[in-house]
Amino acid sequence: MEAFGISATPIAVDALRRELESAGAGAVVCFEGRVRDHNDGRAVDGLTYQAYVELAKAEGACIVAEARARFSVERIVCVHRVGDLALGEVAVWTGVSAGHRGAAFDACRYVIDEVKARVPIWKREHYVEGAPEWLHPAAR
Amino acid sequence: MNYKLLYFASLCDAAGCSEEAVSSAACDVRSLYAEIAARHGFSFTPEHLRVAVNGAFTDWEQRLANNDEVVFLPPVSGG
Repeated sequence: MEAFGISATPIAVDALRRELESAGAGAVVCFEGRVRDHNDGRAVDGLTYQAYVELAKAEGACIVAEARARFSVERIVCVHRVGDLALGEVAVWTGVSAGHRGAAFDACRYVIDEVKARVPIWKREHYVEGAPEWLHPAAR
Repeated sequence: MNYKLLYFASLCDAAGCSEEAVSSAACDVRSLYAEIAARHGFSFTPEHLRVAVNGAFTDWEQRLANNDEVVFLPPVSGG
């Protein structure tokens, strides 16, 4: 499978974790970004994610390649959801296996931070009260 | 020249469509955005956006060719 993917269906976390298996991997670090029930003081009851899929896949693959070059890792997998998500659903999943935990933590953190900052994906928050809004945070 | 524009997130809402075919005299990205932003009432200035042509990030001075696919990308919010 591709190291970075976009999924319109619920992320199959167990299957992704198996992708990280490697005889040389003494450490596996996984991060799950989940839909939370509040943001900026407002009660949230769901999210919609939209992606520019072609460019998102290219930029995501670029980020994974950067992480491979920076850190001593075995495998890296990252998948981001699109579509309508309910509270508690996994919006993004990133997993890294490596010989040692330091590189696994560092690479996992690098991938999720860069994905959030650079990959063309947008979230629309649906609120308990009021009209939904697209989020366009100021660049870092 | 003829261009295909794709719109995402709030720009999609403001344009009222996710894509459109545009015939324009603009021949670079910056002037095409000025024309499109005025027509659709986009509030973002180029400083707040990134731009992609034919599926790759590029800069605002990029010259355009007939039938290019152009996307103006508002600040992202994945994760």
